[in-house]
Amino acid sequence: MLLLRLIIKNAFRHRLRSILTIVGITIALLAFGLLRTVLDAWHAGVSASSANRLVTRNAISMTQPLPYAYKGRIRQVTGIDIVAAGSWFGGVYLDEKNFFANFVVEADDFFRLYPELLVSPEEQKAFTADRKGAIIGRKLADRFRWRIGDTVTLRGTIYPGQWPLTIRAIYKGARPDTDETVLYLHWGYLDETMKKRAPDRAGQAGFFMIGIADATRAAEISKAIDALFVNSQAETLTETERAFQLGFVSMSEAILLAITAVSYVVILIILAVAANTMAMSARERLGEFAVLKTLGFRGPTLAGMLVAESLILSVSGAALAMALLPPLAQGFATGLAQYFPIFFVSRETVMLGFTFGVLVGLLAAVIPAARVSSVRIADAFRRIG
Amino acid sequence: MDRPLIEISHLSKSYQRGDQVIPVLTDITFDIASGEFLALIGPSGSGKSTLLNCIAGIDSVDGGNIVVSGTDIATLREGELATWRSRHVGFIFQFYNLIPVLTALENVELPLLLTTLSAGQRRDHALAALSAVGLSDRTDHKPSQLSGGQQQRVAIARAIVTDPDIIVADEPTGDLDRQSAADILALLGRLNAELGKTIVMVTHDHRAAEAAHLVRELNKGELRAAS
Repeated sequence: MLLLRLIIKNAFRHRLRSILTIVGITIALLAFGLLRTVLDAWHAGVSASSANRLVTRNAISMTQPLPYAYKGRIRQVTGIDIVAAGSWFGGVYLDEKNFFANFVVEADDFFRLYPELLVSPEEQKAFTADRKGAIIGRKLADRFRWRIGDTVTLRGTIYPGQWPLTIRAIYKGARPDTDETVLYLHWGYLDETMKKRAPDRAGQAGFFMIGIADATRAAEISKAIDALFVNSQAETLTETERAFQLGFVSMSEAILLAITAVSYVVILIILAVAANTMAMSARERLGEFAVLKTLGFRGPTLAGMLVAESLILSVSGAALAMALLPPLAQGFATGLAQYFPIFFVSRETVMLGFTFGVLVGLLAAVIPAARVSSVRIADAFRRIG
Repeated sequence: MDRPLIEISHLSKSYQRGDQVIPVLTDITFDIASGEFLALIGPSGSGKSTLLNCIAGIDSVDGGNIVVSGTDIATLREGELATWRSRHVGFIFQFYNLIPVLTALENVELPLLLTTLSAGQRRDHALAALSAVGLSDRTDHKPSQLSGGQQQRVAIARAIVTDPDIIVADEPTGDLDRQSAADILALLGRLNAELGKTIVMVTHDHRAAEAAHLVRELNKGELRAAS
C-alpha cells in the first residue's frame, strides 16, 4: 500500500503538469475517438450489410439501369430465395438542403430481404396496399415531424415531376447501425408513372437486391447471375452487399485515408507530450531514485514505479476521454445527421481508445524507466551534486 | 581476538574523465571492528566519500577486497548488492534525502517494504525507530514541515529501522546548525554505545570527528592515522 501511495503521490506531485498532461491525453483521445466515429459512420453501410444479400447492377456503371425483365431470369438461378428491384430515386423535399436518401423498392420482397427494418404488421400492410405510400425511418420522421398519414411531395431530379406520397409506415432499426433516415416508395408507382411520362424509361431497375440462403455460395451465385447476361445489351455485375457498399466508400478513399492518418498522428503527438512529462519527472527525481536504490530497491522495481505513474496519467486521460466521447459524439450526430445518419461511438472505438491510453502510458515511460533502472547510485548522486 | 566486521585490503578506485584516469583511492588497507565508531576525515576531493560509498556497496571498486562479515562485497552483482545493503547497511546523508511526498513515518517505513514484515509490523517498527530518535510526535509531518535537525533524525530512524550492522553517514552534520549538529552526533554516539551499531562517518568537521572513537584521515587517496 505504501508503494502504491508513493506512486500515486508522485504521479500528481506537480499537480499542474499532471493535470495538463491528463487534459492533453483526454483531448487527443477525444479527437481520435471522434475521427474513428466519422470513419465508422462512413462505413456504416458496409457494417450493416448482410452476407446473405447480393446486389446486381449494370456492369458499366451504377448509374446505368437494368431491364426489369432480368428479375425473372435471376430468380431462376439455384440458391436464390428472393429478388427485389430497386432504384435510387433522388427526390428532393422542398429544397436540396433537406437531403435524405430515398429509394424505390418492391415492398413485399424488400421487407423479406431487410428484416432489420422493424415495422408493425398494420403499417407494413398499409404501405403495401397504397401504391403512393411511403415508409420512412424513425429519425427522418423526427427530423421533419412527419406522422402517419401525412402527405409529402418529392420533386424528382432523376425522374422528373412532382411525386406526392403518403406516409404509411415508420420503421425502426433492429441494430444501432441500421439507417433510420431513409424513405422508400413503391417501384410500381415509379414504373406506372414513367410509362405515362417517359415510356422509354419504364420497365427499368437501378439494381436488384438478392437474398441467398447460403452465404458461402455468394461467389458462385454471383458468377452464375452475371453469366446469364454476358454479351447482352446490359451486362451485369453481381457482388455481395458488402462489396457493393464498399464501392461507395472507396469513392472517398483519399479522404478516409487522410482522416485515418490524422487520427494516428494525434496519438503520436500526445505520446511525445506524455514522454516529455515522464522524462522531466524522472530527471527531477533522479536523486530520490538513487536513494531508493541505496535502500535496496532494485532497478526493475523503480522502473515499474515510473511506468505505473505514467499509466495513472494516461489511463486517467483515456477514461475521461472515453466517458466524454459518447455525449460529444451525440452532439456531432445531431449536427451532422444529414451527412452521417449513423453516427455512434462503437465498442471497438472505446476499446481502441483505452488501448492507446495504455500504450501511450507504457511507451512514454520506456526511456525514463530504462534510465532510472540502469543509473548507478554513485553517478546519480554525483550528477545531482 | 574477534575477526573485524569490515576488512578492506588493497582497495583502489579511479575515475575516467575523457582520456584521463584520475586515481581516487590508492591501495587502501584497514579494518573496522564491530561496534566501532570511525570518522573518516580529509580535505575535499580526498576520496573519503568514495571510500564510504565503496564500504556501503553503492560504488564499485577497481581492485582490492571489501569483506564484511565474511562476504566480499566487491564481488557481488548489482542485485545481490541491493539485497545486501537492505539487510546490513543504514544510510545517513548530508542533505537527509527524505522522500518529500511521504510523511516521517512513511519515510522510515520505506526500507521495511523490502522485508517480509506485515503492514502492522512495519508500522510498529517505524514508530519504534522514530521514538528512538525522539520524534514520536512528528510521525505525520512531511519533511518540509520539519527542521533540518528533525529531518536528519528521521533519516537516522530510517537508517536504523532495519536493524543493520553498519551505519554509514556522509557529512551528517554538514547542513545543520551547531546545536542540531551536536544533537545528531550525540544520537549517533548513543546508537553506537547503546545498540552497538558500527558507524562509519565521513566528515571534514573536526568537532564532529571528535565524537568518534577512531579517526582516520584520507589525503589524495591514501589513508593515514589522523594527527
